[in-house]
Amino acid sequence: MTAVPERDPGLQPERTRLAWRRTTLAYTVAAVLAARQVAGGDLSAAGLVAVALSALVWLGFLWVAHRRVRELGVRPRPRALSAGAALAAVACTVALAGFAVAMVV
Amino acid sequence: MSDFGQSLRLWFAPRRVREEGQTPDYRFSLANERTFLAWLRTALALIGGGFAVDQFLPDLPWGVRAGMALGLLGAGVLCALRAVNHWVRCEQAMRRGEDLPVSRFPVLLSVVIAVVAVAMVVVVLFGWEGGR
Repeated sequence: MTAVPERDPGLQPERTRLAWRRTTLAYTVAAVLAARQVAGGDLSAAGLVAVALSALVWLGFLWVAHRRVRELGVRPRPRALSAGAALAAVACTVALAGFAVAMVV
Repeated sequence: MSDFGQSLRLWFAPRRVREEGQTPDYRFSLANERTFLAWLRTALALIGGGFAVDQFLPDLPWGVRAGMALGLLGAGVLCALRAVNHWVRCEQAMRRGEDLPVSRFPVLLSVVIAVVAVAMVVVVLFGWEGGR
């Protein structure tokens, strides 16, 4: 054991950052499909509200992901993901599915 | 089920995860985080599939279409909740130096997807023959 390397040779923070980016992309695709639901033209008022709320939770997810991506870039040895961030990301995902139910039914 | 109750408590008291045991090597935590994100993407794909069924299969009767879409959306929700649950349990096990939790969920999900895929093949074949 000599000097502690400054940077992880396995690029773990980098890979984790990219995983967040991929997930943001996947969320964006789902959100675009949600917005496309308007094009069907047979949405009820509740459905339209659900589309608007989907855009909102999309922004929420972007915010959570952005914060984590920034956090991962600050130090060579970043802290573990906080449970709050994990819960927020999952809450945004579940909310999108919930709004989807309102649009589909 | 008490396991689930315990992790549910941890979801809402995130600090308690950090108080237990020792902080593991940050690389293990990051790997756990990436696994969590991979499951979240799976959930998002299922939710996207729910939207896609509703939008791209307009010829199906309403009941069948809504049923398939709701099934996919439900699977997506389940997958997302399971993602955070598994993440918390892995994080906790690493801090305590225990074995990582095992899970039947991947098998369950694969079997469900395989059954749905076979059903789709049958439907497509029959639809094709019926159309001639």
